[in-house]
Amino acid sequence: MRDWLPFEWIAASRFLREGRLQTVSIMVGVSIGVGVIIFMSAALSGQQANIVKRVLSSQPHIVLLPPQEAARPLRGDVAQAAIVQKPLQRMRSIDQWQKIIEELRAMRPVAAVSPVASGPGFAVRGEASRSINLQGIEPESYFKIVPLEEKLVAGATRLGAQDIVIGTDLASDLGVEVGDKLNVRVASGLGATLTVSGRVDLGSKFVNQRTAFVALHTAQALLGLAGGVSAIDVTVHDIYAAEDVAQLIGASTGVAADSWIKTNAQLFLAINAQIVANTTIRFFVGLAVAFGIAAVLIVSVVQKSREIGILRAMGASRGQILRVFLLQGAALGLVGSLAGSALGAAAILLWGELMRNPDGTPLFPLDLDPKLFAAAALLATLTGLVAAFVPALRGSRMDPVVAIRG
Amino acid sequence: MVEPVLRLEAIRKTYNPGTPVEVEVLHGIELELGKAEFCALMGPSGSGKSTLLNVMGLLDHPTSGRLFLSAREATGLDDRALTRLRGRSIGFVFQYHHLIPAFTARENVLMPMLVDRGWPDAAMRSRADELLESVGLARWRDNLANNMSGGQQQRVAVARALAMDPPLLLADEPTGNLDTKSAQGVFDLMREVSRSRGTTVLVVTHNHALADQCDRIVELVDGQIVRDHRR
Repeated sequence: MRDWLPFEWIAASRFLREGRLQTVSIMVGVSIGVGVIIFMSAALSGQQANIVKRVLSSQPHIVLLPPQEAARPLRGDVAQAAIVQKPLQRMRSIDQWQKIIEELRAMRPVAAVSPVASGPGFAVRGEASRSINLQGIEPESYFKIVPLEEKLVAGATRLGAQDIVIGTDLASDLGVEVGDKLNVRVASGLGATLTVSGRVDLGSKFVNQRTAFVALHTAQALLGLAGGVSAIDVTVHDIYAAEDVAQLIGASTGVAADSWIKTNAQLFLAINAQIVANTTIRFFVGLAVAFGIAAVLIVSVVQKSREIGILRAMGASRGQILRVFLLQGAALGLVGSLAGSALGAAAILLWGELMRNPDGTPLFPLDLDPKLFAAAALLATLTGLVAAFVPALRGSRMDPVVAIRG
Repeated sequence: MVEPVLRLEAIRKTYNPGTPVEVEVLHGIELELGKAEFCALMGPSGSGKSTLLNVMGLLDHPTSGRLFLSAREATGLDDRALTRLRGRSIGFVFQYHHLIPAFTARENVLMPMLVDRGWPDAAMRSRADELLESVGLARWRDNLANNMSGGQQQRVAVARALAMDPPLLLADEPTGNLDTKSAQGVFDLMREVSRSRGTTVLVVTHNHALADQCDRIVELVDGQIVRDHRR
C-alpha cells in the first residue's frame, strides 16, 4: 500500500489482483481486440497510402483545363434550331496562363504548379508507327509533380529542344534505344525528328505504350500552341483536400479545375468503401471488448458484494465504491490496450517480414504511427470506463445490509 | 444528566409496506445505551435482533421513530451524511465474512481510516499497528486475512472496528462460529476494550454463558423488548 495512492486505487488494484484468472482472461481479450484494431488500421492506412501513391505519383492532383467551346445562340428570336451541332473542341490555350500560375503558386494548399502543352501525335520509326500522347513540359517544375527521375529505366531525363523521353513499352514497340532518333508527327502534318534521351516506366503498360515527354516549347511548336499551354498541373499538400482546393482554384481563377478525386471517382469510392468497412469492423471489435469488460465487472460486483457491504458499513461512500469499479474498468482497458499495442506492432512487423512482393520488397508499407497507439490506449481506457459504468453503479447502489448478508 | 451514546425512540420497522406481504418486525423499540456500557442483545431467531442491529448501525432506515447517536439525531439524514456518521461513530464486528480477503490484517485495520481520509499515511499505519498489538496480533499484521484462524480473524475485526475510535461498537454474533476458547478470548477482548477505551458495546449473542458476563441483557421477542436486565 503506497502513500501516494488513494483508497479507490488501492482497492481497485487489490480486487483485480485477487480475481487473477478473470483479470488475465479479460486482459488477453482486450489485448487481442486492440491488437486487431491496431493491425487493421495500420494495414488500411498503409495500403491506402500505397495505392494513392502509385496512382498519384504519375499524375497531378489537380488539372486546370481551358474552357470547352459551346455552340453560340443565334441573335434575336428569328428561328429556333431543331438540331444543334456541337462545336468542335479545337486545341486552345488557357488565357493568361502565366498570371494564373503566379496566382496558384501563392496559394497555401498548393505544393507545385507546372504548365503543360499536350496533344495527340504519332511516333514513327521506319515502317512502324504508334499513336502517342505528346506531353510538353517544363522539367524543373514538372518533376515536382511527377518525379520522372524516379521512374527512369534507361538514359536521362534531359529535355532539350531536340530530346524526347518515352515510355518503356513505346520504346520496345518501336525498337528504339536511348540515343536513337524518333520521328514525331501531329495531325496538322508538322513533325520533328527527336533524340530519345530516356526511357521511363510510369507503372502501367497502357500509359507506357503511349506517353512521350518533350520540352514545352517543342510541344507548343508542334501542336500549334505558340506561347500557350493546354493544361496547368497542380499538386497539393493534402491529397484528400484536392477537390476543395480545385473548387477554390476554379472560383478564384475562373478556369475549370478537376481534382484527382473527380477524375478517379471509382478509386476514391473504393477507398471510401474500404474506410467504412474498416471502421465498422473496428467499431464491433471495440463493442466486443466493451462487453467483455462489462461482463467481467458485473461478475466481480456480485462476487465482491460482501466486501462492498463491509466497506459501506465502514463508511465508504457510494461515490467511493463507484470509483473503485470505474477504475478497474479503466485499468483493464489501459493495460489491455498497451499489451494489444505490442501485439499489433509485432503483427505488423511480422507481416512486413512475411508478405513480400516477388522482388523482395514489402507488399505494401505498414504505418507504425505513434498517434495510432496513443489513440488506441485512450479509446480503450475510455471504453473500459464506459463499460464499467453499469456494474459500478450497481455496486455503489447495493444496500449494505443485503450486501453483507451476501 | 449524561446524554446516552445511543438512544432509540419508538423505533418501528416494517418490511414491504403497503403490500399484501407487509410485516412489522420492530414494534416501537425504546432503548438507551450509556457510555462504556457492555450490553448483550438476546432473543430467538426471527425476533428482530439483526434488524434492530442494522437500524442502530445506520445500515437500515427505521420506518418510524427517532435515533440519536451521542445526542445527534440520525433519522432523516441523507445517505452521504449517514455514511460519514456511521464510519466515524460506529464500529462493526460481523459473524461471518469479517475481513476483506484481498487485504492483509494491517490493511484491514487501516481501511476505515483510509475510507474516511482518502489517502494512507504514517499516522494511520502506526495506529493500525498499535491496535493489532492490543489484540495480540502484531506478528500477523502482514498476513492476508484468509491465512489466519477464525479467532485471529475476529480479533482483527475487533481491531478494525476500533480504528476510528468510535463511541459505539456493534457486534453481530461475533463468537458464533468460534470454538469455546476462541469465543471467550474474543469476548474478553471486547470487554477489555469497553473498559479501557470507554466504548459502548452491544453484542448480539445466543450464548448464555457469554451474555451472563455482560453488564446488561436486553431480550427481544417478536420485535419487542420483553426484558431489560441490568446486573
